[in-house]
Amino acid sequence: MEKILEVKTVEKYYGNRGNLTKAINNISFNVYEGEFVGIMGASGSGKTTLLNCISTIDKVTSGHILISGTDVTELRGEKLNKFRREDLGFIFQDFNLLDTLTAYENIALALTIQGKRPKEIDEKIKEVAKTLNITKILNKFPYQMSGGEKQRVASARAIVTNPKLILADEPTGALDSKSSRMLLEKLEDLNQSLNATILMVTHDAFTASYCSKIYFIKDGKIFNELVKGNDTRKEFFDKIIDVVTLLGGDLNDAL
Amino acid sequence: MLFKLSLKNIKKSFKDYAIYFLTLVLGVAIFYVFNAMDSQQAMLELNDAEKEIIGLMNEFLGGVSIFVAIVLGFLIIYASRFLIKRRKKEFGIYLTLGMGKRDVSKILLMETFIIGIISLVAGLIIGIIVSQFMSIVVANLFEADMSEFTFVFSKAAAIKTIFYYVIIYLIVMIFNVFAVTKYKLIDLLNASKKGEKIKVRSLGLSVVIFLIAAVILGIAYYFATQRLDSLDLFGTSILLGIIGTFLLFFGISGFILKLVQSNKKLYLKNLNIFILRQINSKVNTTVFSMSIICLLLFFTITIFSSAWSINMSLKNDLQYGTPADVLVYTYSDAEGKTAKNILTKVGYNLDNFAKYTESYTYGFDTVTVGSLLTPILNDVQKDYPNLLVDNWLPVMTISDYNKIASFYGNQTYTLNEDEFILVADYEQMLQYENKALAKGVTIQIGDKTLHNKYKECVEGLLQMSGNKSNTGIVVVPDNIDISLSEITKNFLAANFKGDKDEANSELMSYMDEINGEGAVADTKIDIYTASTGLRAIMIFIGLYLGIIFLISSAAILALKELSDSSDNKEKYGMLRRIGVDDKKLNKALFIQIGIFFMLPLLVAIIHSVFGIMSASKIMESMSVTTNISSIAMTALLIIAIYGGYFIVTYFTSKRIINEKSE
Repeated sequence: MEKILEVKTVEKYYGNRGNLTKAINNISFNVYEGEFVGIMGASGSGKTTLLNCISTIDKVTSGHILISGTDVTELRGEKLNKFRREDLGFIFQDFNLLDTLTAYENIALALTIQGKRPKEIDEKIKEVAKTLNITKILNKFPYQMSGGEKQRVASARAIVTNPKLILADEPTGALDSKSSRMLLEKLEDLNQSLNATILMVTHDAFTASYCSKIYFIKDGKIFNELVKGNDTRKEFFDKIIDVVTLLGGDLNDAL
Repeated sequence: MLFKLSLKNIKKSFKDYAIYFLTLVLGVAIFYVFNAMDSQQAMLELNDAEKEIIGLMNEFLGGVSIFVAIVLGFLIIYASRFLIKRRKKEFGIYLTLGMGKRDVSKILLMETFIIGIISLVAGLIIGIIVSQFMSIVVANLFEADMSEFTFVFSKAAAIKTIFYYVIIYLIVMIFNVFAVTKYKLIDLLNASKKGEKIKVRSLGLSVVIFLIAAVILGIAYYFATQRLDSLDLFGTSILLGIIGTFLLFFGISGFILKLVQSNKKLYLKNLNIFILRQINSKVNTTVFSMSIICLLLFFTITIFSSAWSINMSLKNDLQYGTPADVLVYTYSDAEGKTAKNILTKVGYNLDNFAKYTESYTYGFDTVTVGSLLTPILNDVQKDYPNLLVDNWLPVMTISDYNKIASFYGNQTYTLNEDEFILVADYEQMLQYENKALAKGVTIQIGDKTLHNKYKECVEGLLQMSGNKSNTGIVVVPDNIDISLSEITKNFLAANFKGDKDEANSELMSYMDEINGEGAVADTKIDIYTASTGLRAIMIFIGLYLGIIFLISSAAILALKELSDSSDNKEKYGMLRRIGVDDKKLNKALFIQIGIFFMLPLLVAIIHSVFGIMSASKIMESMSVTTNISSIAMTALLIIAIYGGYFIVTYFTSKRIINEKSE
């Protein structure tokens, strides 16, 4: 299997000499093609910082991050933007849809900025809409949709460009449990049927239980690692809860 | 403590306040400059009549100032409401920290007060500086010499400015305090999350309304330019124009969106979708302001370009209309007297004249406006039902006319026994007279029948005037029977010896007696002063209103754009995250703000094309021709002020969207 993401001894410090905070303290791990990897941790554990570094929104203090062999910490300017446009897909907790655009237009935007042809854009949107079951709401505005629908539209926007890696930051954070389940099933489906590689950050054990592998982060370090293997989702969930209990502290509120 | 907080708030958000502050300062400065016109006299060598005219101009501008103060008042209230909206969350935090609404009001009051004082002082200082340069403009207009540079300061204007400003600001303060006490804490805290309510209209409806608006405006344009004869239709055209403008802005963004959507290549290109939707939502939430701004811009363009046209026209006609230093002529009730013997009688020394010439005009029952227009009288009466067709046209003999013409430096003519010439220069009358002459006109004086020598009028004048206003003088052979004349007037044209200003003042001192004897004296200097005064009043009122309207419209647009900037910051941040580079983002922002500013201006320009056409038709009757330089001057004014606001808005917005988010 091809290595999609390679995180090598990454460190991220905030503050100055007198008052240094190590948000990420020497983290290394790999994500392979077709994996659905979760990163769990309490708020303040550094998981969002890590995601921001991988997504090139933030810069690392030291270490390297390779995506399909390209060192993204070395990318600058137009190359960096091109990389973000073409190789990454984003799903955010608060959807980040543009409220003045329809669902169709929100998804189209990810393709138009790549300079794709109109005909191709239209075809791709219709295809992805079918996969995520949002064909009927394509002409609606975000304020006319439910939270779950919004997140599915956001997911459609993230995958329509066929990115090498999909980054999801607490995608179920703003959803009710029914919508959460539906979204996660869709993500699982994307992962399995389209072989999409997904890296998801969450503090919710239920959400994490859909992943195939989970890294637990505490105080900027990888604390534990769980692989689903042949477990059922229920068994995997129980294992996650065990680790969470072990981690203690803030993550208890995950239940 | 509260004072310290207020001060810090202002410092912190100074960049955001820039547009508001700029507008206040400009408003104060302009108000001062245009009210301090009379102080210019100190620097210039002006005669009494010119001083009087400047006094009159100052009174005029004072009247306009009341209107300007009201406009500025509305603008400032509107602007401060925007600023409060932006800071709701901050106020909410103060309240949760346990401050009373009273304290929050106090903070706001103090901030408003501090900003008010700073902008008043800054505005006055700038106003005083600009008003020094204003002397150059005034000197240019009156062709006066600058005596020497003196620092001018108008105490009256400064007091007036402060007085109006304080009143406006008191109202603003009351509004602000009232606004804060009205809010609920929960709304204040959640204000940033709520954002602007999104108004989505069905695109089909927008297109229909846009088309209806286009039809209404078309009718309005037609009435305003083609049916000027009817005052009712003219009024209707203004009303239709206003309604049409509102409907247009209601539908225009939807129409454009629909139009672009039908062209997939354009629609699905780069950030076009985003730009279009942003504009669509912005225009839809500001239909009312957009329409008002558009109408203000329309008024600015029409008023200013008309004022400039009048200025240029008057300037061009002045030289032509005043070929002698003085023209003295008798009234109708001074039968038998001549201008010369009246002058001698009142004791005026004719040696003051370098040279002079005398002539007569006569009036005959058979030579009237109607008789000269006989071949086309029915048509003329249809166009001008109120035309006084029975009025006599003055008649001159050819030798008398030639005397005056050669004195004036105009062309002289010869006539056969049975011919006459019509001398005229008043544009509106001229076109009918020429039509009549082309068909051939015959007049009867006593037993003489005369035909027109030329197929059209010849240009010339007898009476001096600031604009071309000679409706017609009938020049006839010398052998007509003048004993039939019902009214005979005597004219004396003369040039002064020596210093013209002094000679003019001396003649003026006899004016009452001359009038008492039944004669009038028009002098070149008086006509020049009156005409220049009118020009100055036109230009200054045009400039004054134009600048204020431009500032108001541009400031409203700028504030609307900037109050949305926190919202924009989020949107542009999102685009950046999905990989749009800064260059494209800035370009998108530029296009979006550009269209937002251009839309009302563009509609206003289309309105103005018809507005100016209509205005020039009306002004033709004042023998003013629309001057091309008026359009250039208007464009310059708009580019300077409106363009300036646009650039400041763009750079402020750009700074906000490029700020690192937390």
